[in-house]
Amino acid sequence: MNIPSGLRYTKDHEWAKIEGTTATIGITEFAVSQLGDITLVEMPKVGAEIKAGQAIGTIESVKAVSDMYAPLSGKVLEINAELDNAPEQVNDSPYESGWMFKLHMSKPAEAEGLMDASSYAKHLETLDH
Amino acid sequence: MNETLRRTPIYEELKARGGKMVPFAGYEMPVQFEGIIAEHTAVRTKAGVFDVSHMCEFWLEGKGALEYAHRLVTNDVLGLEDGQVCYTPMCLQSGGIVDDLLVYRYGQEKILLVVNAANHDKDLLHVQKHAGSVKVTDRSYETGQLALQGPLAMEILAQVTGGKYSDLGSFRFIEGEVAGHPCIVSRTGYTGEDGYEIYCPNESLLPVFQAIMKVGEPLGCRPIGLGARDTLRLEAKLCLYGNDIDETTTPLEAALSWTVKLEAGDFLGRDALVKQKEAGVPRKLVGFEMCERAIARHGYPVVPAGAGPDAAPIATIASGSPSPTVGKNIGLVYLPTAMSKIGSEFDVVIRGKTARAKVIKTPFYKRP
Repeated sequence: MNIPSGLRYTKDHEWAKIEGTTATIGITEFAVSQLGDITLVEMPKVGAEIKAGQAIGTIESVKAVSDMYAPLSGKVLEINAELDNAPEQVNDSPYESGWMFKLHMSKPAEAEGLMDASSYAKHLETLDH
Repeated sequence: MNETLRRTPIYEELKARGGKMVPFAGYEMPVQFEGIIAEHTAVRTKAGVFDVSHMCEFWLEGKGALEYAHRLVTNDVLGLEDGQVCYTPMCLQSGGIVDDLLVYRYGQEKILLVVNAANHDKDLLHVQKHAGSVKVTDRSYETGQLALQGPLAMEILAQVTGGKYSDLGSFRFIEGEVAGHPCIVSRTGYTGEDGYEIYCPNESLLPVFQAIMKVGEPLGCRPIGLGARDTLRLEAKLCLYGNDIDETTTPLEAALSWTVKLEAGDFLGRDALVKQKEAGVPRKLVGFEMCERAIARHGYPVVPAGAGPDAAPIATIASGSPSPTVGKNIGLVYLPTAMSKIGSEFDVVIRGKTARAKVIKTPFYKRP
């Protein structure tokens, strides 16, 4: 299971790449392996103010619908519009071209509360899969 | 995992091949292997093998077996030839559907019914209840079944068996051998593709599966899970019991009138269906596609177009899914007859918002 170091992770299997006050958000390879073929991603709108832990979108695979939670609080700067036509990029490349949206963090300190790669790897080991 | 779940004779083999096991109809069955879309595409373009050993086999034997089978179901079993199979609903007196099944006509005194695993107990009771002197034997738990489906299915089985079943016509069956094991080979399926359904004793299932994969794998044949089985059957507009049909729906409402032979003699539910046909059906199962980027799924409410998400629902989605072959989000729904014409629009309520859908022609996919 690929868990890039340098990213921060949530127990709900989102990742965040922190650059200054900007966070790029996506879902982990583990999440993708659980969901299967992703066919539709519904993301928050650009400009929306979101709060950490809030359900802010949905990810649909052929068989299932899952909620996406905000890992951090802030204002949505940009969404990955490519996913509208090519949602399979989340399957193919969850940490690169499958990114979902970018956030201007309103509480940058929240990022410190997320897991690093090794803690997330340990978290995965505790799950029954 | 729940210890009371059954496993088919090739559970270990399928798990070793990457099958992701889930509970289904009392069994642990593979929902997918490499991925639903890849498996779906393999069946449409090459071939796939499904373990469908959960399906249930009831045998009717003795004097009157043929007449009894005819009385149990809506289709014309008396009109079949020996060696022919038909798809048919089996109804209550109310006209509601107890199950949909395949009827195999061996002869006057021998009939095989193949029913859905989820309905095993109630179907057995139903079949026994009206049987009289006809002997009913349940061989569900000693019989395995594989479905080999796809454009290469014929070629693969021909290579395994020396061409024995290439001449078998559609909806025909024969008792024979595959890889030296006794099998019933049936030219039927649940995918919209050409192919076979192969029944054998439990102990033969693994060697038969391995013989098919040995020939098939180099040609692109793969094991297929329940996920792709569902998307394949939906594209071909084949009903799924519990989603599209149940005891509250009739075959006429479900657009299965081609399986209801009112002129072929009496059967359970006939009176109710005659009445419904005369009065006209109040609702019809139709196919639809989503006009917006949204997926309608089983159970989602349906409201009139433009009525808003809080309007009183006029229906709920029966089946809905992305269609890998067609590339649209499709589904089936019972709409009031007046709103069921091709091109009619309605809204599906998805997480508190509406998304537009329209009625289109079915099947969504027809093999070239």
